[in-house]
Amino acid sequence: MAEEKKDITPEQKAVLKAEFDKDWRKEIRKALPLKERMKFGRQKMPERPPEERNRDFKEVNQGLDAEAAMAEARRCWDCVNPQCVAGCPVGIDIPSFVKLIEQGKFLEAAWKLKETNSLPAICGRVCPQETQCEEICNVKKSTGVPVAVGNLERFAADFERGAGNIVIPPIPPSTGRKVAIIGAGPAGLTVAGDLAKLGHEVTIFEALHISGGVLIYGIPEFRLPKAILKAEVDYLQKLGVGIRTSFVVGKTATLDDLRQEGFEAFFIGSGAGLPNFMKIPGENLVGVYSANEYLTRVNLMKAYDFPNYDTPVFPSKCAAVIGGGNVAMDSVRTSKRLGADRSIIIYRRSRHEMPARTEEIHHAEEEGIEFHFLTAPIRYFGDDRGRLTAMECLRMELGEPDSSGRRKPVPVPGSEFITEVDLVVVAIGQSPNPLIPQTTPGLKMGKWGNIDVDWKTMATNLEGVYAGGDIIRGGATVILAMGDGRIAAAEIDKYLRNKPRS
Amino acid sequence: MAKILDRRRLVPNLHLIEVHAPEVAKKCRPGQFVIIMPDERGERIPLSIADWNLEKGSVTSVFILVGTSTHKLSLLQPGDEVPVYVGPLGKPSEIENFGTVLLAGGCFGIGAIYPLARALKKAGNRVLTIIDVKANYLLYWEDKLKAASDRLFISARDFALESKDYVPAKIEEVAKAEPKIDRVVAIGCTYLMYRCSMATKPLGIKTIVSLNPVMVDGTGMCGACRCTAGGQTKFACVDGPDFDGHQLDWDELFKRRKSYFDDEIRSLCHWERSNFP
Ligand SMILES: Cc1cc2nc3c(=O)[nH]c(=O)nc-3n(C[C@H](O)[C@H](O)[C@H](O)COP(=O)(O)OP(=O)(O)OC[C@H]3O[C@@H](n4cnc5c(N)ncnc54)[C@H](O)[C@@H]3O)c2cc1C
Ligand SMILES: Cc1cc2nc3c(=O)[nH]c(=O)nc-3n(C[C@H](O)[C@H](O)[C@H](O)COP(=O)(O)OP(=O)(O)OC[C@H]3O[C@@H](n4cnc5c(N)ncnc54)[C@H](O)[C@@H]3O)c2cc1C
Ligand code: SF4
Ligand code: FES
Repeated sequence: MAEEKKDITPEQKAVLKAEFDKDWRKEIRKALPLKERMKFGRQKMPERPPEERNRDFKEVNQGLDAEAAMAEARRCWDCVNPQCVAGCPVGIDIPSFVKLIEQGKFLEAAWKLKETNSLPAICGRVCPQETQCEEICNVKKSTGVPVAVGNLERFAADFERGAGNIVIPPIPPSTGRKVAIIGAGPAGLTVAGDLAKLGHEVTIFEALHISGGVLIYGIPEFRLPKAILKAEVDYLQKLGVGIRTSFVVGKTATLDDLRQEGFEAFFIGSGAGLPNFMKIPGENLVGVYSANEYLTRVNLMKAYDFPNYDTPVFPSKCAAVIGGGNVAMDSVRTSKRLGADRSIIIYRRSRHEMPARTEEIHHAEEEGIEFHFLTAPIRYFGDDRGRLTAMECLRMELGEPDSSGRRKPVPVPGSEFITEVDLVVVAIGQSPNPLIPQTTPGLKMGKWGNIDVDWKTMATNLEGVYAGGDIIRGGATVILAMGDGRIAAAEIDKYLRNKPRS
Repeated sequence: MAKILDRRRLVPNLHLIEVHAPEVAKKCRPGQFVIIMPDERGERIPLSIADWNLEKGSVTSVFILVGTSTHKLSLLQPGDEVPVYVGPLGKPSEIENFGTVLLAGGCFGIGAIYPLARALKKAGNRVLTIIDVKANYLLYWEDKLKAASDRLFISARDFALESKDYVPAKIEEVAKAEPKIDRVVAIGCTYLMYRCSMATKPLGIKTIVSLNPVMVDGTGMCGACRCTAGGQTKFACVDGPDFDGHQLDWDELFKRRKSYFDDEIRSLCHWERSNFP
């Protein structure tokens, strides 16, 4: 289930080459030689100052302005063999959209992006570009600093939204075929958009009361403003997608019930919503949260504005967040914003192994988050009211690499120590949500509770049932979920075309 | 959005709410619950399903006024809409022919045991039901429960009802009079369920309780509802809400239920100040 770098297919290569050979691209290349391009430094993303932003939930990154975006775009060499595209899990034609920005054709750049990525404003903000497209950018190889592909993606998408120029493509006449999408996360939203554009009758069924999946209940406003998601969901509705919120597939109706109601194809994008705990003593004390609960209270239920909203969340003096991924960073930065004097990351490996995005770690550090590496909790203590008061930790050292290739932490005997905390957030990962598998007889499952699919088509073993995103991968990324959705949508369309009408 | 068909006070502090939710009505089974959010700024709170009507496509719950959410619900009028009404959630209660089943309901649990009484009776059980109230003016649905049960008892702290027992004493009394009781099911506040479980433990009668810990999503996504049963952490919203009362860590449950005590009072004061200045 690891993130595999996909090779560019020969067809893709041909498309890239055709774009590369277009006259306007030649002209841009000629206008400014490589040597000149290499002189420009990377445009800095404007950020709100740490001491201001760590007290509210408004977005940290402010986005490049047009001038900066065009300057950044000039840094790109427009390579014959664009490495970046191979690094992108969905193979966005990066040089084309970057060169459109260089020319000031921002709307066209956004449309170019949308040919392969239906949610560029989101991916531009949350994709780990530093390990994908930017990691292997040729400019990085030669100067050490890659083209800011992510910042440019965000810029183009924001420009389109800001211009109020979201084009609704012409929708072909309805095919009359009903498709059910389970889960309104990035995977489900992508499938819905693609199939609606092909004229199918699409309905999304979402368990929560707002669409967006992790993007709405998990990733905080300060990293991904909810208004962006709302715009994406509104767009889908304009395409004719029906959305049934507060509908739990498996409970309100099973997949088979939906089949009875005339749905002919299904996409399961129900995500990895099951929080893992460490099963150590004291984990059920009041004041110990799963990251899902903590973030859901704050983001979905708006507990940061309690009592204007009714859902409470514990404030804290000293908050410890267990884990080293994006989820842990989001939680710890949230605790700071809710007023903690000290917010601490407790991670059992070292900085080098942290799976969180570099930008998030960097932002967390600026905001005054403390990092305790090579440390793991082994027990929590509470008072007579059952409230968390302290935690006992153990120091670790790194041993041999494990199956993930990262060095495995091993406890240092006798290194136990106790520290006072009044809030703990457990952010050690999520497992696939078991609700659908449990209520869909015959659905073939993998080893980790994930749904088993044919990776070329995203088809499950059940007729007309496809799946993608975190439910097949375990906790992965937004772009991979979207990529799965893209493939599944194309396959569902094929399936419906070949299937006689029922 | 779901439309309110009926909302009325049954007895002081206890209200009935009937909501138009045809899909939930079609699918629900005894022992399941819904999550309702009274308004856009509200909290998602769980309510047990006390009845449903397939023709009207409606689902009914009984709730007790405690904090902000239930106060908001108590002001809804027929025709109003709530932004969230989702269900049926949780596992349905086990319905089989066990033999003789003793049901005990207090507070909103008097409503919540009704579908169980009906289903257990239909499955061939001898159904004995105890309603627990503080005083006679708090009695409701005794006619419905009488019709669904073989015998109906009342435990009350009220001389007008010729009873001054809390429900555990009544359970012991009924158990003594009956040749055999195969199962007890208790629904109501955590304290009532705890006391019922303690009463049946020495008698060796299997006792099922319907837990009501704090919840957020109700679909197993957050872990707010975790409790310890048989030494293992369970999520009450998907593994329950029914659990064996003799296997629960009650102390933990009481403490977790009080998690937000101060915030709840703050929230209610805030709401009262802004609505009734
Ligand atoms: C806090 C946090 C931060 C993250 N940060 C990043 C990041 O910076 N970059 C990145 O690329 N990735 C990040 N991720 C991971 C990324 O968000 C996920 O990989 C991605 O959202 C998966 O998309 P999905 O569509 O598969 O599932 P989800 O986004 O999980 O959506 C699934 C949806 O299905 C619904 N659902 C579940 N069961 C049912 C049912 N039975 N019936 C109806 N609906 C159901 C859920 O309510 C949910 O809305 C982060 C994750 C978290 C939790
Ligand atoms: C599966 C499940 C089913 C439930 N079914 C019902 C039902 O059918 N009818 C119903 O009235 N309630 C039921 N509850 C409890 C109900 O969800 C809470 O009463 C509700 O959340 C209170 O919200 P509030 O905002 O009004 O009060 P809050 O502000 O959240 O609470 C106010 C105060 O009341 C206390 N309190 C809250 N609920 C209870 C309770 N049930 N028993 C004792 N003390 C409590 C709190 O500890 C707090 O001190 C159920 C709970 C669960 C988990
Ligand atoms: S590898 Fe870097 S320089 Fe080359 S096309 Fe891609 S972004 Fe531009
Ligand atoms: S309420 Fe969230 S897991 Fe049970």
